[in-house]
Amino acid sequence: MSRIHVKEGLARALFVAAAGISILAVALICVFLFANGIPAMAQIGLPDFLFGTTWRPANDIYGIFPMIIGSIYVTAGALVVGVPTGLLCAIFLSRFASGRVARALKPGVELLAGIPSVVYGFFGLVIIVPFIRDNMAGRGASLLAAAVLLGIMILPTIITVAQSALDAVPRKYYEGALALGADHERSVFRVIVPAAASGITAGIVLGVGRAIGETMAVIMVAGNQPVIPGSIFEGVRTMTANIVLEMGYAADLHRGALIATGVVLFVFILLITTLFNAVKKRGEVK
Amino acid sequence: MTNATLERPTKKRFAAPFGSRAAKAGDPFADAPAKGAAADGAVADGSVAAETVGGVAQAVSYAPRVQERAARRVEDGAQLAAPAGKAADAPAKMGVRGLNLYYKDFHALKNIDLEFPVNQVTALIGPSGCGKSTLLKSLNRMNDLVEGCRIEGEITLDGQDAYRSIDVNSLRRRVGMVFQQPNPFPMSVYDNVAFGPRTHGIKKRDQLDEIVEQSLRDAAIWDELKDRLKKNALGLSGGQQQRLCIARALAVRPEVLLMDESTSALDPISTAKIEELVGQLKQKYTVIMVTHNMLQALRVSDKTAFFLLGEMVEAGDTDDIFTNPHDSRTADYVAGRFG
Amino acid sequence: MPAGSPAPGRMPGDRIDALFAAAEARHAKKRRVVAALLRWLVYVGALLTALVLLFLVGYILANGVPYLTPSLFEWEYNSDNVSLMPALVNTLVMAALTLLMAVPIGVGSAIYLVEYAPRGNRFVQLVRITAETLQGIPSIIYGLFGMLFFVTALRWNLSLMAGACTLAIMVLPVIMRTTEEALLAVPDSYREGGFGLGAGRLRTVFRCVMPSAIPGILGGVILALGRCVGEVAALIFTAGSIAQVPDFVGGLASGGLAGLGAEFFDSTRTLAVHMYVLSSEALHVNETYATAVVLLVVVVLLNLMATFAAKKMNKGSKHD
Repeated sequence: MSRIHVKEGLARALFVAAAGISILAVALICVFLFANGIPAMAQIGLPDFLFGTTWRPANDIYGIFPMIIGSIYVTAGALVVGVPTGLLCAIFLSRFASGRVARALKPGVELLAGIPSVVYGFFGLVIIVPFIRDNMAGRGASLLAAAVLLGIMILPTIITVAQSALDAVPRKYYEGALALGADHERSVFRVIVPAAASGITAGIVLGVGRAIGETMAVIMVAGNQPVIPGSIFEGVRTMTANIVLEMGYAADLHRGALIATGVVLFVFILLITTLFNAVKKRGEVK
Repeated sequence: MTNATLERPTKKRFAAPFGSRAAKAGDPFADAPAKGAAADGAVADGSVAAETVGGVAQAVSYAPRVQERAARRVEDGAQLAAPAGKAADAPAKMGVRGLNLYYKDFHALKNIDLEFPVNQVTALIGPSGCGKSTLLKSLNRMNDLVEGCRIEGEITLDGQDAYRSIDVNSLRRRVGMVFQQPNPFPMSVYDNVAFGPRTHGIKKRDQLDEIVEQSLRDAAIWDELKDRLKKNALGLSGGQQQRLCIARALAVRPEVLLMDESTSALDPISTAKIEELVGQLKQKYTVIMVTHNMLQALRVSDKTAFFLLGEMVEAGDTDDIFTNPHDSRTADYVAGRFG
Repeated sequence: MPAGSPAPGRMPGDRIDALFAAAEARHAKKRRVVAALLRWLVYVGALLTALVLLFLVGYILANGVPYLTPSLFEWEYNSDNVSLMPALVNTLVMAALTLLMAVPIGVGSAIYLVEYAPRGNRFVQLVRITAETLQGIPSIIYGLFGMLFFVTALRWNLSLMAGACTLAIMVLPVIMRTTEEALLAVPDSYREGGFGLGAGRLRTVFRCVMPSAIPGILGGVILALGRCVGEVAALIFTAGSIAQVPDFVGGLASGGLAGLGAEFFDSTRTLAVHMYVLSSEALHVNETYATAVVLLVVVVLLNLMATFAAKKMNKGSKHD
């Protein structure tokens, strides 16, 4: 009996310790990022850092406003491309596809999810960028290229999360709608989709997170000029790109400014997560 | 009387429309007036029940209920000008002829003939798996959702072929359904009730307001919910949810209301409320209910059909089925010998 | 209904019936058009997704497969053969090391959250919040953190270990979340079954709950594996980009298992990093395609393995 007690207690302690690792990790990440980023921000001056439109490390001018705007533009563009397509595809998989078609498409979506971002980036580099350059305007490596590519990259996230939310909607809602004389399409779009709204929102927020945090694919197609783009055909540099592009050779204040860029990105992500949780909570209360 | 009862089981199956039953020779119903005076008809029912008690031992326990029903019918007859008198020969609202239904290779319904008289409550009873729910779901084509489900024979609504002559969405509007589990949509009470009308093209706010209120009133839940129309329907109690679902079904102005064991998930008080409601609803609607609760069938229905292993064993006036069944299997079932 | 009978409610139903008749006639065609439109939209969404996938995979295969030459798989990397072999081996080692750390921690946390934690506990709330936060953090932030913590503060330098630890934190929430979902999906009756037989909580969890949660957990592990294989941003500043396999064989030969250790602190380049370096150098486009093909093949293999394992486990748990 006591041996079992010891075993149970030990297991419990191990599980608690495992759960504590997440807390530890977040604490460490915060401490190390802020400790390395905030001094640089202070030295540059927070307003100059956040709202300065010039990024010229050679002259010790570090304004990341163009990168903040760049990240927002690129993410918004990705949502415009990815959300409608992904949501419709999820609806298809969940409620329209025959068993055989779904069995064929589902592994495809999983494959899309598994494809590494460098492969996406390379694809964008050899297909999307030349296409925009030859058929539209500009040099190809642009906000548009990044938005389209990221739109594709967030597809599987949105599809998977939205589909599982749709699949989880009880059958009785669908039957209830049909029994009132609604056709399949109306039942799906007016009852099942709203019933899955919180799950779908979760998928979109995950997509936002992936888009705003995506680094390698964006670097390969976005052009990376540290200025606010005047049109979707101009190049753009995101916060993530800023870090990777220059971290390799940065030192001193420059290095600090790059880590501070990471801090800003981190705060952005925290805001999104908080916002998401608030929305989710409100949805639950209602 | 005893002899007659013993002979009856040899009849293979009684599948004639309800109305014709009264004409059978030797049937006590023959004495009852064929048409008209409601109170008389009801009294006749009562006396029949009283007479049969001695003959059919199993039915004894139902006798007081049957008498109660008769008394209530007299009361109703006094209050209402017409409806109760239709018991004997109301015209059929829906009909089922030569219906065979298969789930893949499984023969779930075997050659069913049945009519559902207008403005009456018909109860489908039988042990689970007997096909009663299956029959109910074929009436509004919900069986279409089941893969491998195949139907032969004919189902009619007002004489029209429900599968070939009526658009399925229109059929489902006209033949409403209330499910076993309350299934309000996860949206506000108002939107739940307004869903059906909106589906059928009614978009004007004032019209929707009217329909919502009327439907909730008809489902006897307006007073409870009128201040909570904007609240999520999932916050209601089970009984309220089920009455909301009835209101939602009524909101598309159906002609027939199918109820699939609609009280089996509810507490006794909610059940009583819904049974009372069904009694009122039959003034406007033709109600067909599946129930596994024989007392409920007895309390609520005018007609009863008994199913066993995919066959319809017997159908007739509820009082008869319970007190004076023709088939020994019916007698066994109502006596609680199986299922 | 009979004209004289009193209808409950304030409005005769007949008027509503008329409303319906009018609306239904007017609306019938519009309904069909809307339904058809929605149906086509849904089809187009699915078709677009399928086409993008087919085009992407097809294009890379078509351009890469012809360059899958033996020299690409030579053990030693040099700038002539651009061999991806070291990177491939490093990827496997890195992924294994990562999962070795992340899976026990992730599954353990999820078990605590689902099976042990009291409702509304502060600690539990904190764990959930931090796990959600971790889930949202982009890989470049992990990369920065790994660089600041493992590489600089702990003086691990650019190394396999620093990379694996960074990745482990990165995939931890993935495993936690999927495991939690899988555990939550197990009906309570299974647990009651275990407790009913007098089994302790630990035994109940492992005997009654885990078997049916395994497919879900495996799904999470595969997701995590996929992230390890494809990750670049979190690795270039933690594991670096040296294109050779740490000398594990030598380490083993010199001192057995105890001889292993230093090798984990060598800088390594995984396959995805390798591909990034190649494509940014832009000198070896054909080899880049070929590397992309290998990455795709790895991903496909992972997905197949996941499906197969999940099916197998699923059957196994049903036999229990």
